[in-house]
Amino acid sequence: MHLNPLVLLVAAIFTHNIALTYLLGMCPMMAMSRRINTSVGMGLAVMFVTAVTAPIDWVIYNKVLVPTHSEVMMLLVFIIVIAAVVQLLELLMRRFLPALHAGFGPFLPLVTVNTTIFAVSIFSVMRNYNLWQSTAFAVGSGAGWALAIILIAGVRNRVQLVSDVPADLRGAGITMIIAGILALSFIGFSGMVAVQ
Amino acid sequence: MNFRKLAYTRPWRVFITGFFKENAVCYQVLGLCSTLAVSNKMENAVAMGASVVFVMLVSSAVISLLRRVIPVQYRIITYMIVTSTFVIIIDHFLKANFPTISGQLGPYVGLIITNCIVMGRQEAFAIKNGVGLSILDSLGAALSYSYVLVGIAAVREFLGFGSLLGVKVTPPHFENWVVISMAQGAWFVMAIFVWGFRRIAKLKPLEQE
Repeated sequence: MHLNPLVLLVAAIFTHNIALTYLLGMCPMMAMSRRINTSVGMGLAVMFVTAVTAPIDWVIYNKVLVPTHSEVMMLLVFIIVIAAVVQLLELLMRRFLPALHAGFGPFLPLVTVNTTIFAVSIFSVMRNYNLWQSTAFAVGSGAGWALAIILIAGVRNRVQLVSDVPADLRGAGITMIIAGILALSFIGFSGMVAVQ
Repeated sequence: MNFRKLAYTRPWRVFITGFFKENAVCYQVLGLCSTLAVSNKMENAVAMGASVVFVMLVSSAVISLLRRVIPVQYRIITYMIVTSTFVIIIDHFLKANFPTISGQLGPYVGLIITNCIVMGRQEAFAIKNGVGLSILDSLGAALSYSYVLVGIAAVREFLGFGSLLGVKVTPPHFENWVVISMAQGAWFVMAIFVWGFRRIAKLKPLEQE
């Protein structure tokens, strides 16, 4: 694999969007996309945590687990790393960056159980990315997820104001249809960059 | 055994609430990632459903047994460690016995750890109740996830590949509706499924807009 990290970054945002083509992180996407403000906070938190955890997970996997032949422990180690990093980030942000903490602090604990972050680490191992590639992939995936949730929140707001949605389709149902149409429109980006 | 009486016992109510009334996917809107991503073929859906049933039963039982010794502030990380132990077991079981299915499921087996249904039931039920009830509760929730998953997979495999469980069932002129088998099509099938389920079960939506 000799992919340029920049190509990977663009691919992770547009052509292989982690939310719309790999369908990850859907539960928070359904729950948090009711307002644009919340979705921006959640999207930024996910982007930030993914960008921090993916390189750490990469280093731990390739420098600790592979030499000691304990790849079996991968899932367990990754989830502990993510939980620890989120906790640490929250403490550091509260201490040194209170303004940022006020912005997306409340979303940080929720981010621990966001599938996107976990999946990014697993994907980088499965596809044998190197450190730069996996960092670029992580930033791109986080940005792609944030883009998707903000777009969905915007459409949902409009739908709430102007559309007459059938009662049983309200909430989750119509959000899925919005996401589906958005995912279809993202097919238009395919062919822009080639990965895999 | 008097079945009418059974319907009013606590264990039965615990089971049936999770199984039908508060369906994990259609009512609580949890566990969507894997429901959408793994439902392109029925064999994958069956394998995934069975894995989730196994993981949920065992991890809920363990959490329920340990509920008096788990410190409150570290409970989330305890849930994750317990769950990931069993997910690793099932991941390696699938890799050893069903390598093709395991390859198609890819990372989604590992992602059972962050499946919201598993943690949701542990947090909402297993941490407060006895082992027997917790097992019944997670059985109801896991089976409700599994039947929705297999149902969606049946529709998507029929329309997208023209087959059911890998057996061709459509007439030779049938044009495969490829987009339904792609990730993008999953959304629409899922939305219609949720719509139908809520209509038939006469569920009041959890969230109001």
